[in-house]
Amino acid sequence: MSQKYRLESGGLIDRNKKLSFTFDGKTYTGYHGDTLASALLANGVRLLGRSFKYHRPRGLIAAGSEEPNALMQLENGAYTEPNTRATCIELYDGLVATSQNRWPNLEHDFGAVNSAVARFLPAGFYYKTFMWPASLWMTYEKFIRKAAGLGVSPTKPDPDVYHSRYDHCDVLVIGAGPAGLAAASTAAASGARVVVVDEQSQPGGSMLGSKQSDQYSQWQENTVASLTQSANVRMLPRTTLTGYFDYNYLTAVEKVTDHLGPGRGGDKPRQRFWKIRAKQVIIAAGSIERPLVFADNDRPGVMLANAVDTYINRYGVIPGKDIVVFTNNDSAYQTAINAAAHGATVTVVDTRKSISEALQASLKTADVRLFKGHAISSVQGSKGIHSVRVMELSADGKSVGGQAWQIDCEIVANSGGWTPSVHMFSQSGGKLHYDKNIEGFVPDTSKAKRINPNFSVGACNGKFSTKDCLAEGVKAGSDAAAACGFTAAPGSLPSVDDDGMGHIEPLWLVPTVHPVGEGSAKHFHDFQNDVTAADIHLAAREGYLSVEHLKRYTTTGMATDQGKTSNLNALAIMAEIRGAQIPEVGTTTFRPPFTPLTFGAIGGQESGELFLQERHTPMHASHVANGAVFEDVGDWKRPWYYPQAGEDMHAAVQRESYAVRQSVGILDASTLGKIDIQGEDAAEFLEMIYTNNWKKLGVGRCRYGLMLNEHGMIFDDGVTTRLADDHFHMTTTTGGAARVLGWLEEWLQTEWPDMNVYCTSVTEQWAVAALNGPRARELLSSVSDIDCSNDAFPFMSMREGTIAGIPARVYRISFTGELAYEINVPARYGKKLWDTLLEAGKPFDLCQYGTETMHVVRAEKGFIIVGQDTDGTVTPLDMDMDWIVSKTKADFLGKRSFMRSDTSQEGRPQFVGLLTKDPQVVLPEGAHIVAEVKDAPPMQTLGHVTSSYMSPNVGRSIALGLLRNGLNRKGDTVTLRLMNGDVIEAEVTDPVFIDQAGERTRG
Amino acid sequence: MFIINCPYCGERDQTEFTCHGEAHIARPKETENLTDEQWGEYIFFRTNPKGMHYERWVHAHGCRRWFNALRNTATDEIFATYEVGAPKPPAPEKHS
Repeated sequence: MSQKYRLESGGLIDRNKKLSFTFDGKTYTGYHGDTLASALLANGVRLLGRSFKYHRPRGLIAAGSEEPNALMQLENGAYTEPNTRATCIELYDGLVATSQNRWPNLEHDFGAVNSAVARFLPAGFYYKTFMWPASLWMTYEKFIRKAAGLGVSPTKPDPDVYHSRYDHCDVLVIGAGPAGLAAASTAAASGARVVVVDEQSQPGGSMLGSKQSDQYSQWQENTVASLTQSANVRMLPRTTLTGYFDYNYLTAVEKVTDHLGPGRGGDKPRQRFWKIRAKQVIIAAGSIERPLVFADNDRPGVMLANAVDTYINRYGVIPGKDIVVFTNNDSAYQTAINAAAHGATVTVVDTRKSISEALQASLKTADVRLFKGHAISSVQGSKGIHSVRVMELSADGKSVGGQAWQIDCEIVANSGGWTPSVHMFSQSGGKLHYDKNIEGFVPDTSKAKRINPNFSVGACNGKFSTKDCLAEGVKAGSDAAAACGFTAAPGSLPSVDDDGMGHIEPLWLVPTVHPVGEGSAKHFHDFQNDVTAADIHLAAREGYLSVEHLKRYTTTGMATDQGKTSNLNALAIMAEIRGAQIPEVGTTTFRPPFTPLTFGAIGGQESGELFLQERHTPMHASHVANGAVFEDVGDWKRPWYYPQAGEDMHAAVQRESYAVRQSVGILDASTLGKIDIQGEDAAEFLEMIYTNNWKKLGVGRCRYGLMLNEHGMIFDDGVTTRLADDHFHMTTTTGGAARVLGWLEEWLQTEWPDMNVYCTSVTEQWAVAALNGPRARELLSSVSDIDCSNDAFPFMSMREGTIAGIPARVYRISFTGELAYEINVPARYGKKLWDTLLEAGKPFDLCQYGTETMHVVRAEKGFIIVGQDTDGTVTPLDMDMDWIVSKTKADFLGKRSFMRSDTSQEGRPQFVGLLTKDPQVVLPEGAHIVAEVKDAPPMQTLGHVTSSYMSPNVGRSIALGLLRNGLNRKGDTVTLRLMNGDVIEAEVTDPVFIDQAGERTRG
Repeated sequence: MFIINCPYCGERDQTEFTCHGEAHIARPKETENLTDEQWGEYIFFRTNPKGMHYERWVHAHGCRRWFNALRNTATDEIFATYEVGAPKPPAPEKHS
C-alpha cells in the first residue's frame, strides 16, 4: 500500500495534488506541500543513506535545514546536485533522488566493512596513518575520497540561470516565525522599510510544525497578509541568510524556482543571491533541537522529537506506529501526546526522576506509558529499529542498572534540549554567554559589535515560549524602527500559552552497560561526520583539549551542517571529561554560509561572457575581419598575431617580424595607457616622478622615462611628450595604465597638494596605429599632409596634421628600433584610420602585426618590457640603464634607495643578452642559469631568462635575462638547467642584437 | 563590508575604495642627507596596531580623492574620515 504512514487527514499538504517521484529508481507518490523527506516517510522509507566514514545505515533525524543524514543526489545529468537535504527539498512531480555514499546500493553497501573495522578507524586515523611518507598521500587520498564521501558533482555545464540583486532597508528580519512576524509587523507599521527573509516555503517558522490555537492562526494569517500587501515590506520566502558581514551587510540566497523542478522555472532564475544592507537587523532565527547521545542513536528511525511532531502536524505523516519518546526535558511530552492522539503506541523514557504532576497527568490521559529516571541503553536493528532496551539511570547519570525493559518500536523520538540558533549573532561579531537555565549559549548583547546593530529575539535568544517570542519581537520591531527614525505603535497580539522547552536536566552522554568506547555500540553526536563520544574521549586522552583542537582532530562540527545538532553536545562531553564548565571549553566560531549554497548563486549573472568584461580597441572589428588571433592583456583583447592561410603561430610571427624590418608593419597600440597632464607645475612634477630631466624638454619633443617606486625599483615606463609648456601627454604600459594614474594622483593629493597639476586618463580617447619599418615614412607621406622628412620631423618629436582627412597627432617614437610613427587619432576615427592605412599600405607591403611580433622585435633591440624583464626587484642600474638616471637632480621618487646597501651592492642580477650555443635552441622563459649543474635541485641559481624568441631578423634564437654580475660577464659561457633535466650552454652578450648604433630609428 | 563616509561624496560601499596603509607619514625632505635608518624608517616601518589606526583611503571608483580615516583595526569601526592635510581627529576614549 502506498503512503501507509500518511494520516487520514491533517497537515498543510494538498491531497488533491498527487505527485510522483523516484528514490533509488523506485517510484513513490506524495502530495503537493510535502518535502522529499516527508513523502519518503509517508511511504515508510526510513533508510536514506550511508554515513560518511563508517557507511552506517542512516535515516531522517530532523524535519528542517539542520538535517545531517538525509543527503540526496538530486536529479541527473546537467541538473544533478549532490548533498541536498531531503528535508529542504519541496516535492515536485517527477522528482528523481538517489542515495549517496554507498556501493553497489543502499541495502548492500561494500563500504560498510568500515563499520566492522571501526575500532581501527578512530579520530585522527588519517593524520596518524598517512603522515609518512608524504609522497604517498596522493595515492591514499584517491581511495579515501572514494570511500568516505558525499555526492557526485555534475560534470556538465550548469544549464540554469542565476541572478543577484542588491537591497537596502531600514529593518531586516531574519526568520518568519512568531518572533520574526511580530517584529516585522511592528516595524512595518511604523513606515520603516522592512525585508523579511525565511528559509521555508511559507511564513510561520516553528508554528508550521506545531498545533496552534485558532486565535494564533488568525493572527498569523492577518499579519502575513498585511505584510505581503505593504508597499514598504519585501517578503522573501525560500530565502536563507547565508552570511552576516560588517556594517550590517548580509547575503541571502533565494530559491526562486527550485521547488518547480529542473528546467521548469520559465523566465525566472533558478536562484537569486541577495546582498542586503540593513540599518538594523532583527535575528529571529529560532532554535534547533539537539539529540541525546545514546548507544546506537544513529539507527534509521531515531529522530528528533520535534521532527516527529512536525511530520504529524505539517505533513500528515505518522513516522511510525510504535514510538518511544526519549527526553531530558518537558518539550517532548507534546510529541508523545500528539503521536498518541494520532494512533501511535507511545512510551516516554525520561532521564529525570522528578517530573511535574501536570505532565504526568497529561500522559496518563493520553494513555502513554512513562519510565522516569530511565534511559535507552541499546537500540536493536540496523537498517531500521525493531526495539529498544530501557534501564534505570544511576543517581549521578553515569551508569545504568537493574532490569532491562525491551520495548518494541519503529521510531525513537528524542530530545536533549534546544540550542538557540546564534549563528547570525555570532557571525555579526557578537560574543555568547552560557545560560544555565536553558543549557545553551545565548547572545551576550553587551558584547555585540557596534558597527552591526542587531537584536536577537525569541528562541534564538533563549526564549522558547511563543508568548515570549511575540513580546520580544514586538519590542525589537519597535526599537529597530525607532533607531531608524520611525515611531512604532505595537498592534494587538494573540493570547498564547506560555509553552516552550520547560524544565531541563541535562544528560550529555547517556550511559550504557559498557563504558563509552567499549562494546560494539556507538554514541554519535556528529552524525554527518560520523564522530562519536568515544572520539572525544580519545582526543582528550591525546591532549586535544581546546575546542579548536578537538574540532580539527575529530572533525566534529566540520561537515556541511556545521554541527547544527552536534556542537553543544561535543562541548559538553569534553567539559565533563575535563571536569570543567561548558563555557570554559568555549564555543567555536560560526562562519558563513549558514547552509551550503550553489556556486551558481554566488556567481549570479557574472558567468559565461559576462564573467569578465572585455575591452576592445576602436579597430577591433577590423582585427576580427582580418583574422587576428587575440591575446588577453589585462581586460583588453589585443591582436596576438594575424595568421594567413596555412600558417601556425610560429610561422605568422616569423613572417610579421621579418616584414617589420624589411618593409613596414602596423600595430594597434591603442591600449597603451595615456594620461593627459596639465598645469604650471607639470614639468616640476614629472621631475619627481621620472628618473630623468623634464624641465628642458622642448615643446613638441618626446622623451622616454622610467618610473621607480620609493624602493628604487622600476615600476613603469613610457614615452612622454611636451604638448605645451604646461601640458604633457604621458604614455604608460598597457597593464600599468590605471596603476600609474593612481600613483600620480597619490603623490599630487597626499604629498604635493600645492602643485598645480591635473591628470586625466585619455587612454580610451585616442586610437593609436603604430607604423614601424623602413617604408613607414613613404606610407605616412602618401596619406598625410605632415612633412615627414627627417629634418622637419625628427626622431622623438610630435607633429599634428591630418591622415586621410582625419585630425591626428603623430609621435615619431619607436618600440622596434625601426623608423616608426605612432599615429594618434580621436577614438571614433580609429577603425577608419586602420582601414585607410591597410589600403594605402598595399604598395609598401604593409604587414599587420600583433603583440607577439611586437615582443620579438623589441627583444631584438634589447628594449625591456616592465613586468616581464623586470619583476619589482630591479633598479635602472641593474637594467644597465643608468643613462636615464639624472645625476643632477636633487631628488626623485626612489632616488635615495639607490644608496641602500642592498641596492648598491656588487653582483646584483643584471640585464644581459643570452645566445645559446646552438642557434636553433630557444630557451624557455624562466629557465635558470645555475652555478653548477647537479642531478636534481637544489642548485645555486645565478639568474634566469626573462624573454626568449626565435628571431628571423637575427637569424637565430635570442634571449634576455637577469644574471648576477651580468654586466661584467659578457663573453662568458653560462649553463642553464631546464625543468626536464636538459642542460644548455649560452653566451652572455649585450642585450641589443640588431643595429647597436641605433641608425635605423633615426634615419 | 564597510560603509565608508567619503569626505567628498558621503557614505559609499567599501567596494568603491582602496586602503593604502598608515596615514600622516610625510615624505622626508632632502632625502640624500638621511641615514639608511631614517630612510628605512620611512619606507619600511609602520605601526601596525591592533586598535586605533589612522590610515589612508582613496575613493578609487568614485571621486578618486584621497582622504584619511580613523579606524579600529580590531572591530573595523570607523570613527572619522577627514581630508588629507587636516589634523588627526582625537581617538575616542571608549571604543568598541
